[in-house]
Amino acid sequence: MSYISKPIAHHPALPKNALGLTHREYEGSMSTLCAGCGHDSITAAIIEACFEMDLPAHRIAKISGIGCSSKTPTYFLGRSHGFNSVHGRMPSVTTGANMANRDLVYIGISGDGDTASIGLGQFCHAVRRKLNMTYIVMNNGCYGLTKGQFSATNDKSSPSKKGEANPFEAIDLCQMAIQLGAGFVARSFSGDKRQLIPLIKAAISYKGFAFLDVISPCVTFNNHAQATKSFEYVRAHNQAIGRLDYVEPKEEITVDYASGESKAVTMHDGSHLILHKLDKGHDPRDSNAAIQTIRENAAKGEVATGLLYINEAQQDLHDVLATDDRPLNVLPMSELCPGSKALEGINARLR
Amino acid sequence: MSGINDFVIKFATVNGSGSASANTMFAKTLFRMGIPVSAKNIFPSNIQGLPTWYEVRVSEAGYLARRDGIDFMVAMNPQTYQEDLQEVVPGGWLLYDETMPRIWNRSDVTILGLPIAEICASNWKDVRQRQLFKNMVYVGALSALLEMDLKVIEASVLDQLKGKEKLVSANKKAVDLGRQYALANFPCPLPIKVRHAEGAKGKIMVTGNEAAGLAAVYAGATVCAWYPITPSTSVAEGFEKHAKKMRVTKDGRHLYGIVQAEDELAAIGVAIGGAWNGARSFTATSGPGISLMSEFLGLAYFAEIPIVLFNIQRGGPSTGMPTRTGQPDILSCAYASHGDTKHVLLFPSNPTECFSMGTDAFDLAERLQTPVMVMSDLDIGMNDWVTEPFAWDDKKVHDRGKVLSAAELEAFKDVKGEAWGRYKDVDGDAIPYRTLPGTHPTMGAFFTRGTSHDESARYTEDGRIHARVIDRIRRKFDTAATIVPKPEITTRDKAGKVGVIYFGANRPAVLEALDYLERDGLKLNAMRLKAFPFGQEVRDFCAAHDTLFVVEQNRDAQMRQLLVMEAEVPPETLIATLNYDGTPLTADFVRKAVLKKLRPAKAQAAE
Ligand SMILES: Cc1ncc(C[n+]2csc(CCOP(=O)(O)OP(=O)(O)O)c2C)c(N)n1
Ligand code: SF4
Ligand SMILES: [Mg+2]
Repeated sequence: MSYISKPIAHHPALPKNALGLTHREYEGSMSTLCAGCGHDSITAAIIEACFEMDLPAHRIAKISGIGCSSKTPTYFLGRSHGFNSVHGRMPSVTTGANMANRDLVYIGISGDGDTASIGLGQFCHAVRRKLNMTYIVMNNGCYGLTKGQFSATNDKSSPSKKGEANPFEAIDLCQMAIQLGAGFVARSFSGDKRQLIPLIKAAISYKGFAFLDVISPCVTFNNHAQATKSFEYVRAHNQAIGRLDYVEPKEEITVDYASGESKAVTMHDGSHLILHKLDKGHDPRDSNAAIQTIRENAAKGEVATGLLYINEAQQDLHDVLATDDRPLNVLPMSELCPGSKALEGINARLR
Repeated sequence: MSGINDFVIKFATVNGSGSASANTMFAKTLFRMGIPVSAKNIFPSNIQGLPTWYEVRVSEAGYLARRDGIDFMVAMNPQTYQEDLQEVVPGGWLLYDETMPRIWNRSDVTILGLPIAEICASNWKDVRQRQLFKNMVYVGALSALLEMDLKVIEASVLDQLKGKEKLVSANKKAVDLGRQYALANFPCPLPIKVRHAEGAKGKIMVTGNEAAGLAAVYAGATVCAWYPITPSTSVAEGFEKHAKKMRVTKDGRHLYGIVQAEDELAAIGVAIGGAWNGARSFTATSGPGISLMSEFLGLAYFAEIPIVLFNIQRGGPSTGMPTRTGQPDILSCAYASHGDTKHVLLFPSNPTECFSMGTDAFDLAERLQTPVMVMSDLDIGMNDWVTEPFAWDDKKVHDRGKVLSAAELEAFKDVKGEAWGRYKDVDGDAIPYRTLPGTHPTMGAFFTRGTSHDESARYTEDGRIHARVIDRIRRKFDTAATIVPKPEITTRDKAGKVGVIYFGANRPAVLEALDYLERDGLKLNAMRLKAFPFGQEVRDFCAAHDTLFVVEQNRDAQMRQLLVMEAEVPPETLIATLNYDGTPLTADFVRKAVLKKLRPAKAQAAE
């Protein structure tokens, strides 16, 4: 299968965003994934989120590992630079890219195999480093690209398509992310655009490490009725906790959220997150409560989705490293190279 | 027996006992007297309690390779007393702490008993101090025995104790106690002794790793990622030390970023991400790290991302000899990663070149858009070398390679006559043009990938396109061969058909051996390799000789293999000359190997 570009045919009626761009300018080349693959829906949600946020696509860098999921950056944001790296190593490549230029938006795409197995170490350390990025796992409980083997996120109760039982405990990436200090942790479902798009927007706005675990059924290998990452199962067991509205920096907050039921959280870029139904038990600013919510739902076979945890005051890696406000990749050599006089001083000290 | 400004002294101590700083001070004092010295640390992979040696060769002639045959042994380690004694040449000396009397079973060595512990016990109460000052007491005794300049010693003490001035007078006192005892009880000075000289004047004393870290600062590197491993750790530390002084703004903001990664896979991943995004980025590692970095090296090769990797080699295979030197990664680095890969390698021979080649490496990487590995080793990296000072030309322009700005992107088609494509060979040198993320709103975006791609970076499974792209990348190495540093060729016999090929840390031993061999009646030409791929000069030199000794520090004659494979040198002309016991090469080793082949009778006599 080779590259299939999409014709850019402008329909005058296509809606434009504040940059005068249509959806088409946020798309990539034609998807080559299986028809109905959950990953394609997440791709569409990313396109929608970036379009609605009026993001200049060339200021976004999309980086991935290897897998069906990691192929998707080709299918969105054709005007952005992309980097399909090696299996499980997206976090380190993104770390370097982010160190080099703090001004771009970094969207990292990974799969459950890519993140929870071969790349588990890199995932953990990117979280610890508080990398300013949006990390999306397209989680289908299996290795799609190598034809359906169990992945480490597959629930113990979830058998394979051929009926083999899964003998091992599942890794819950959201719980791990919270424990390791991620500042923004959410879970969603590729089939729930209304929940997913605001979460993607919020994650992009968040300064620090934003993690999105999106259940994304593999229609070819892991979508049978007993599979807990199938469309049918997730639809039946999706427990959306609270509701989230994303309010753009330019918009005004019109809803009345002072009732105690809702709370507005201001993001670094001036946008707001309005968290609803706070009194129904889950406060995403409490990490212990977040983990408890995930575990209690899981114990009942339910999947808690929505914004699970947010720490509004997190620092990012550049704060920790005290790097200059200017991106490192634009600093002129005149500031980076100390020159011959300084070298003479160094020579003198070594005599 | 050696003589004035010409001897080898060895300190046998226990690691963690504080002897390292006293020993360095000793070597530094001789260096500051203008005497060429080389200091080799032979240390265990351990933090405290195991034997450590420090060998200092003093050579007014400027021969700074390691040399066998110890003239003077400072035997401070009871665990190794007997072996240390055996190493001393007949007629040599051994100094020890006679507070605990020992039996020495050699009559051809002069034993000098210095009651070190007793002296310390009667002068200091604190146990730790008693221990530490022991080292300064033997330095004091040596100052009398070898007639070292006391003023220079005192200056070295001051220097070493910068920031700990309270300790200066006590240290000076310890030196004086040792000195006075020696003057009163030993036949000072000995026939081997030192005097002021000129050979080291103007030079600096430094390790290769500090030089490599400094090179990264001067090259304008801003992203550094690494994972601790002996003997490469001090490269990142050197970068940080100098960046902290010279790369911080007035308001405390860093013009660099360093990440101590979770492993070597991540370290090189960070470097690749940074380089992809237009920052000069590097990592430093040693053998085991090279193995882990291999997959990523293939990605950087195929996706054409310019990173610099300092490989400070140590003894392998596997964990091998973590604290011993070697050159065993030539092949694994030249061809690192699966598939058809090939990498640019540079071979510095001393710290001065770790600096100059270290900065060149970044230019070459960006010019060629490929990883460049600087192949240093433990000997160069961690030992103090007396070497030429670092030099920098302020007129030098860093070569950032073919990176397009927004305006250049817009004008590309008009200027070059064809549309831009990430992997198009527009100039005929097989080097394409790259763009950085964020450059232009509508132009220049592409998808970097390790999967096969066409000239516009689009995914392909068309085998013809794949072959075309990897052929172009191979041609890039023809370009590389014309711009990497040229070999250093020394001609002793214009018509001679016999020569030596060497590289890296072997330089001093080989040059010294060539002098001895000339005295043996053998004038050999020599070529020091500075880089891979091999340029025309390398081929020409090989073609002009029919017997070439290839001197290297590995078992499998890896450089020899590379010359056969890549420069198509007839294997029968290349004689493997191999030292791989983890100790730095000696001139004697090289001389004997050559004699054995060319003058067997003389070789036997030399045994
Ligand atoms: C080092 C390495 N090992 C194995 C593979 C083979 N491989 C390709 S994709 C994949 C699993 C991908 O699973 P996941 O990340 O869940 O992505 P999905 O296809 O399910 O979206 C594996 C094992 C590889 N590319 N590289
Ligand atoms: S194999 Fe599964 S994950 Fe891969 S494209 Fe098909 S449906 Fe999607
Ligand atoms: Mg998967």
